[in-house]
Amino acid sequence: MSAPAIRSAQAEAPSRPPRAKDRQSSSPLGQPIPRKEDEALLRGRGRYADDVPAPAGTLHAYVVRSPIPHGLIRRIDVSRALALPGVHAVLTGEDVARLSDPFLVALKQPIPQWTLAVERVRFVGEPVALVLAEDRYIAEDASELVDIAYEPLPAIVDPEEAVAEGAPLVHPDCKSNEVSRRDFTYGDPDKAFAEADKVVKLRVDYPRNSFMPMECFVVVAQFRPSDGSFDVLANFQGPFSAHPVMARALRVSGAKLRLRTPADSGGSFGIKLSVFPFVVLMGLAARISGRPVKWVEDRYEHLLAASSGPNRVTHIEAAVKNDGRITALRMDQMEDYGAFLRAPMPGPLYRMHGATTGAYDVPNLYVVNRVVLTNKAPAALIRGFGGPQLYLGLERLVQRIALALDMDVLDVIRKNLVPSGAFPYRAAAGALYDSGDYPLCVDIATGEGRLEDLKRRRDAARAKGRHYGIGFAAVVEPSMSNMGYLSTMIPASARERAGPKNGAVSLATVNVDPLGTVSVTADLTVQGQGHETVISQIVCDQLGLKMDDVVVNLEMDTVKDQWSIAAGTYSCRFSPGTAVAVHHAAGAIRDKLARIAANQLNVLPEDIEFVDGMIRSKTNPDNGLAFARVAGTAHWSPVMLPDGMAPGLRETATWAPPELEPPSGDDRINTSLAYGFVFDMCGVEIDPDTWEVRVDRYVSMHDAGRLLNPLIAEGQIRGAFVQGLATALYEEFRYDDKGGFLTGTLADYLIPTVTEVPEIELLHIESPSPFTALGAKGLAEGNCMSTPVCIANAVADALGIEHVPLPVTPMRLHALMAGPEKTPPRQAKATSTAATAAKREGARELTGSGAVTIGAPVAQVWRALLDPENLKATIPGCHALDVVGENDYRAEVSLGVGPVKGRFRAEVRLSDLDPERSGRLSGGITGPLGDASGAGMLRLEPIEGGTRISYDYEVAVGGRAAAIGGRLLDGAADLVIRQFFERFASRLGASSGAPSASWWNRLTSALRKPQ
Amino acid sequence: MLRIAPGERTLVTFELDGRPVSGHVEPRMLLSDFLRQVAGATGTHVGCEHGVCGCCTVLLDGAASRSCLTLAVQAHGRSVGTVEGLAPGEQALNALQAAFRKHHALQCGFCTPGILMSFTDFLARNPAPTEDQVRDTLSGHICRCTGYAPIVAAVMEAARTLRGDATENAA
Amino acid sequence: MKPRPFTYLRPDTVAEAAEALSEWKEAARVMAGGQTLIAMLNLRLVDCEAIVDISRVPELSAITRTKTHLEIGAAVTQNRVLSRPELAQEVPLLAKALPWVGHFQTRNKGTVCGSIAHADPSSELPLSLALLGGEVVLRSTRGTRVLKAAEFQRGLLSTAREPDELVTAVRFPLGAKGEGTGFREVARRHGDFAIVSLAARARADAIDLGIGGVADRPAVRTIPRADLSRLDDIVDALAAELGGFEDIHATARYRRDLVRRLARPVIDEALSCSA
Repeated sequence: MSAPAIRSAQAEAPSRPPRAKDRQSSSPLGQPIPRKEDEALLRGRGRYADDVPAPAGTLHAYVVRSPIPHGLIRRIDVSRALALPGVHAVLTGEDVARLSDPFLVALKQPIPQWTLAVERVRFVGEPVALVLAEDRYIAEDASELVDIAYEPLPAIVDPEEAVAEGAPLVHPDCKSNEVSRRDFTYGDPDKAFAEADKVVKLRVDYPRNSFMPMECFVVVAQFRPSDGSFDVLANFQGPFSAHPVMARALRVSGAKLRLRTPADSGGSFGIKLSVFPFVVLMGLAARISGRPVKWVEDRYEHLLAASSGPNRVTHIEAAVKNDGRITALRMDQMEDYGAFLRAPMPGPLYRMHGATTGAYDVPNLYVVNRVVLTNKAPAALIRGFGGPQLYLGLERLVQRIALALDMDVLDVIRKNLVPSGAFPYRAAAGALYDSGDYPLCVDIATGEGRLEDLKRRRDAARAKGRHYGIGFAAVVEPSMSNMGYLSTMIPASARERAGPKNGAVSLATVNVDPLGTVSVTADLTVQGQGHETVISQIVCDQLGLKMDDVVVNLEMDTVKDQWSIAAGTYSCRFSPGTAVAVHHAAGAIRDKLARIAANQLNVLPEDIEFVDGMIRSKTNPDNGLAFARVAGTAHWSPVMLPDGMAPGLRETATWAPPELEPPSGDDRINTSLAYGFVFDMCGVEIDPDTWEVRVDRYVSMHDAGRLLNPLIAEGQIRGAFVQGLATALYEEFRYDDKGGFLTGTLADYLIPTVTEVPEIELLHIESPSPFTALGAKGLAEGNCMSTPVCIANAVADALGIEHVPLPVTPMRLHALMAGPEKTPPRQAKATSTAATAAKREGARELTGSGAVTIGAPVAQVWRALLDPENLKATIPGCHALDVVGENDYRAEVSLGVGPVKGRFRAEVRLSDLDPERSGRLSGGITGPLGDASGAGMLRLEPIEGGTRISYDYEVAVGGRAAAIGGRLLDGAADLVIRQFFERFASRLGASSGAPSASWWNRLTSALRKPQ
Repeated sequence: MLRIAPGERTLVTFELDGRPVSGHVEPRMLLSDFLRQVAGATGTHVGCEHGVCGCCTVLLDGAASRSCLTLAVQAHGRSVGTVEGLAPGEQALNALQAAFRKHHALQCGFCTPGILMSFTDFLARNPAPTEDQVRDTLSGHICRCTGYAPIVAAVMEAARTLRGDATENAA
Repeated sequence: MKPRPFTYLRPDTVAEAAEALSEWKEAARVMAGGQTLIAMLNLRLVDCEAIVDISRVPELSAITRTKTHLEIGAAVTQNRVLSRPELAQEVPLLAKALPWVGHFQTRNKGTVCGSIAHADPSSELPLSLALLGGEVVLRSTRGTRVLKAAEFQRGLLSTAREPDELVTAVRFPLGAKGEGTGFREVARRHGDFAIVSLAARARADAIDLGIGGVADRPAVRTIPRADLSRLDDIVDALAAELGGFEDIHATARYRRDLVRRLARPVIDEALSCSA
């Protein structure tokens, strides 16, 4: 095939993409048309899942979730919850195991996942029980009364530790937490490395995050006992390959799980695939309760356990020549999917596989892919889907190569880009890049003074002693996935036995009713992309109609609508997939109408054109009929139709591109149909006082083939850019090193607001894809892939660092850059803080120490410590204290700070007693606010006029308090422990243990004295 | 002193987009839930229920407020404005809505109603804002789709239109 | 995320509010704007039996300027104070700090007194009140008392307010002629809880430096102008003294270093505004 025929680079108005120039000027296709969707959405008339009227008698569900990362479920007592007025049922894992099967998993490994935990919990937030009540408020009240006893087990959080010898197993039947490993060799990497002038290596860590939609999950489920079928409305996004997974779990045939999606959905970005376990759970709840069941996930649940992208550890190295050429790459990619493999995981590890060499012409490649499980929430679909993880390694490496060779980064990039004119280009691992001109994109983006401007700004900043860096990223952005890519994960022989998967089917239906009204349905789900508008543009382009003449209904109904397993909106399959099917379906309608009209107008079908609602002769435009009139013939007058033509006007088109072949015997796979290109360039400045990163300039250059609607295209790019920025600088799901979850509110999990977002300059060229009828490729994921690493490269350039921890938070840069502290703290609490600074990030223990002075002799103090009555009076908020053994107590306590208070069950023990000298105080508390356990050493020493007690402690906090109160925990732990000793001291007639108030005065007066 | 026991349902009445609305609710019911579940006014969305995301923003006596951080009983006797009362009629959007459409300042539309309400209040108080002021006010909302820039552009244009010095009509 | 059940009490007068608190004591929480309290109720972080909603008590909605201070009633919203055209002359620090409190939308309901009564160590308003040496007016059925800011805030979310007392007003001293103030805050995003906030007031012979977000309450230190030449040493020692706490966004060390790096610019800002 030849190089792209049409290319238009626009220099004069870079923010507005060029329009394709080869279409009729009257066609709306390619025009920046404002959206049809907006009229309703701007009036508050969207029809989101939670807006759909619920059936009469609907019960409201609340999910009871595990507060611990790993443990065995010993007992669940639902009696108190069931006794609450308004509560109808409480489901547990037993019900689920009885009525359903575990979800299908892509790997042949014993990783059974039901929709409620069975016997064991494996991550904080895992659903354990489901309360059904009259309303959501009561359901939440009842959830606090479900009494669950866990036997905690050690949890594993870090993927590298998870694969180490002796690590706790997330699924003991799997024998290892590394549940899949495959090695791939393309070309002769060993030879290339042996012949390299230099080898450049790098390790990168991609964090856990989610491009979290503002609308959470919603499910409304009904069960029809008459035929045993389920009818579920959910804001599910696809892929519909999950539909068989749900149906199998529910033990019904596909047709008996009617899954419907609403007209509008409040964003998804991949996340709303993961509503599917709850489709099954609410279906079961409807079956058990005999009532419709509605569940609206709240933001706490969503943050805790809805979904996330997988975190990945990549070791990457390049064989390079002194001129900058990369002759081979080696990568070891370890991807952490959390506690379960949710279908279709481990997609992100393989979705990019054919394009592992990115935008570069590198013939030799060695890749190791590992799938690891840990005690974190399951990872699943997310915008970018493997691209961000891949390019973080690859594009960081390119920057390191330039440094190693003392070359300009852009020269290294240019040296290795797939050359102009090489398309279609077969990449080492099998991707067939359809079209593009990568060097031209780089030239345009860096041209017209843009790069010079960046360099000037960098030089000026550096001249003033400020930190400023420039970063680049060149990425290939795939769209429309090959359904066979995941089977690359299994060896070729096993693939053959299983039957090779491949292709991707797109479906759309165009219908014209007896009044000539055109309506369209298609195999996708709405998430805000503007499909209604673009589909209307495509249909109008074919049929010569106005945008308002076309009605698009994208509510999906799996029983009544056209769909196949690739259906849904993900992996940018709209432009190269569904849009093409719409084009073909509308084309079929056009052909049929043209034949009918030709018959009536006495012209040849080739002479027919569709213009402004008329179907007429091209050569004699006066000879024409209204569109509606011709369409009506197919319904009202079937006898008048041309010979052999079927009556009616409804065409369903199927589009299945032949390029999406199954993986070859040597594991080459064309993972996607179309491949766009993105080149990004940015400048960042880092505040030397606060270590905040500010993106100063950002340029993003795209080639996504033909743009169907430039307004919408830019919207997609801007949105992806901010999500990429969020990955680089803000968003991260944080766990402590014991598996506790720490980011349970939107004040902890930081989504950028407008004040954190810089301006961005957008540029486009259009190299139409030769493989799709419209020439359009996906473009909505590119900046999720390019922006994190572009910013990381700029930060690396600014600070001269190799490892750039994502997200690049001020705290992390400070830890890297600050150096030793001038005057470390001297106070008791602060000393321990200095110790914690040496601990690694995520360490769970809050530590501290202190001392009190008590105006009583040591012997009396010691007796008081061992006296239960005294303890009861001393433990803050103690309601009751039972002695369960010698120096072993159970208590009911109210604990908290200020308004944040909760009731807890406490266990307190005194041990390691060395009378009148020292002892160990340990125990734990559990309650609705969370759990904590800790221990401390007490030391007594006689001093003049009394006793000095010094103490240190370690406390670990988990559950809700850790997830949403983390900001205050350190202080709270300190406060509660101090309260204990102050009360203890005051009961014995004490002097204060507070630090001397005059310390400051002494300090300042000392400073004032001449030294 | 008004005193409502837990679980006791009292009659709450207020003006919603110019029309009276009422319902019997517990004191703990959030205004956001009242609007959506009792009044059937689903144009107001719920995104986080802890005051950060801004989706549920409504006008309470004209002031942009989080309806998830307001009890329904607190709205008694007041006026509540939502996105559903913005447009002057079926034929036309108001200037702010029209500018959002023109600038592609919404995609999924879930956060949009709250943003429109914030700027309805904001522009009434501040008809000639700077872009920084607009950004400051918009920072009380999270939008995941648009990248924010089109929203800022739309608000600036709406301000110009409302001041009457628009050089072009909002499409 | 829905609140647990509670009794809702809406007094019409301060006396009624005091009676309600006298009856319910620790079991009641006072709600003025509710911007923090309702969020905590939704998250079920707070367990309380009664909410005393004072937002409609007319006596509490006054802003009064006396010769010495600006007295802000407990039902006065942050935006109402911020929108006073004369605020920058009256209490210049408040005009600088208020825009950092939450967002436009939460300031429409959130109150100045509520923020001070909540005593979050990272909050801007308790810091401002402490730095300026303001006062808190408390009322109960037992009477009225006035506390200095330093006496009022005791620690993390803890104050000297007795359970039966209502904060009816706070008093910010009016800015004096020749004084200058500075304010600076570091947060991950605009409107977030401060990691560190700093405020300074330059007086004729000394600088008051206030630091929030590092210790369990705002720390205020007075530095004679004569000592400014040793400012770095003083601030270094102060940071070490305050220690700081850890959370997922900031280590204690990072907090201390922010104090070390930002105290001088904030003091410079105060000095540059002073006559």
